[in-house]
Amino acid sequence: MTPFLTYSITGILLFGLGLHALIVREHLLRKLLSLNVMSSGVFLLIVAVAERNGSPLPDPVPHAMVLTGIVVAVSVSAVALSLIRRLHARTGRASLHEEEGLE
Amino acid sequence: MDQIFDPLLAVALLGLAAIALHSRELFRGIVLYIVFGLLMALAWVRLNAPDIALAEAAIGAGLTGALLLDTMAQLGRSGEEQPTSRRLQIAALGTVAAFSAIAVLAVLALPRGAAGLTSTAAAFMDRSGVRSPVTAVLLNFRAYDTWLEVAVLLVAVISVLVLARRLDLTGELTRVPPDPLLTASVRVLIPVMILAGGYLLWRGTHAPGGAFQAGAVLGSAGVLMLLAGFHPLSAVPPALGRAIATAGVFAFTVAAASAAAVTSGFLRFPVEYAGPIIVAVELAVTVSIAVTLIALFAAAREVPVRSEQQEPPPFPPEPEGGR
Repeated sequence: MTPFLTYSITGILLFGLGLHALIVREHLLRKLLSLNVMSSGVFLLIVAVAERNGSPLPDPVPHAMVLTGIVVAVSVSAVALSLIRRLHARTGRASLHEEEGLE
Repeated sequence: MDQIFDPLLAVALLGLAAIALHSRELFRGIVLYIVFGLLMALAWVRLNAPDIALAEAAIGAGLTGALLLDTMAQLGRSGEEQPTSRRLQIAALGTVAAFSAIAVLAVLALPRGAAGLTSTAAAFMDRSGVRSPVTAVLLNFRAYDTWLEVAVLLVAVISVLVLARRLDLTGELTRVPPDPLLTASVRVLIPVMILAGGYLLWRGTHAPGGAFQAGAVLGSAGVLMLLAGFHPLSAVPPALGRAIATAGVFAFTVAAASAAAVTSGFLRFPVEYAGPIIVAVELAVTVSIAVTLIALFAAAREVPVRSEQQEPPPFPPEPEGGR
């Protein structure tokens, strides 16, 4: 089992795990955790595919993309956390209940 | 040995992710996510990507974990989750399983061997001004993406400031007296971390490292100082702090505009000056990232109650009676 195969399948499964938790769990912090796990899965897949370049030198372009992706992911997480704090300050809840609507 | 390590690491990653996402206590979940991030750094090393490993450990595991824990502490007890309906659980499981199966088949069907852009990048390295391929891609060949990435960080800081309704980047010091062990360790750690940040920045020109990793280490140093009761940006007036946060985008824009004045392209650095330009831009980006990461952590905290009587006026007032 080559490293490419191991890590690309791991990346896909991580994405699946995150997606499932994103749908099923209600607490907004858990949803944010799920999104982060999904991002990690996608990055793993990208770099695993880059590892197949058949050369001892790494392929720098996917690595740069994933580096950018990690920084963007933390920016998104920070803004999402601010939104969650505001929602909690206004409504006292940390989830979006469908029954009560957003009022 | 290699044959065993990768599958073991993969199983550990998947197991940690599953437990972190579904653990009963949120605190345990977040801590396990931090461990997951550290193991991801190992996976990056196994995939021959040390730059990503450095960034993942500092930003992905460290800072994201700190942000999550800080928010969780502020939310406190926010009520029990409603049990999800059976139908939704089965539908989610089925969809995810089908998607994963299709994706795995797609990956297995990829054509054998794909050289990618390795040789293309290698061919242009002597004109890039640096000796590290990833830094060359980030700050020269694909500088446009990095420029906009720094802009994304700036937008994130602006959004957090707006949502927290404040104009200064760092918040009040922690109201709990800080742990004396933490304070003592921080006194030793901070100088080392500043040195490490500077070293990573310099090293990025010829080896794994660079502006993002250095900025992340410096930002983490700032967050540690906040947690230990020191105020990292206390000597800096708020307006200057905000200006420093924009320094990265500003430096990039200046570099791009001056390159456009001299050569034919917007971000086309002239070959003789590419090295110094990249180092200068990286320096500005590092400082900018450090201040931004500190601000993302600190500014999100609630403005304490006593200032509710003196609301900062600038932001549009909320419609209070709308519920």
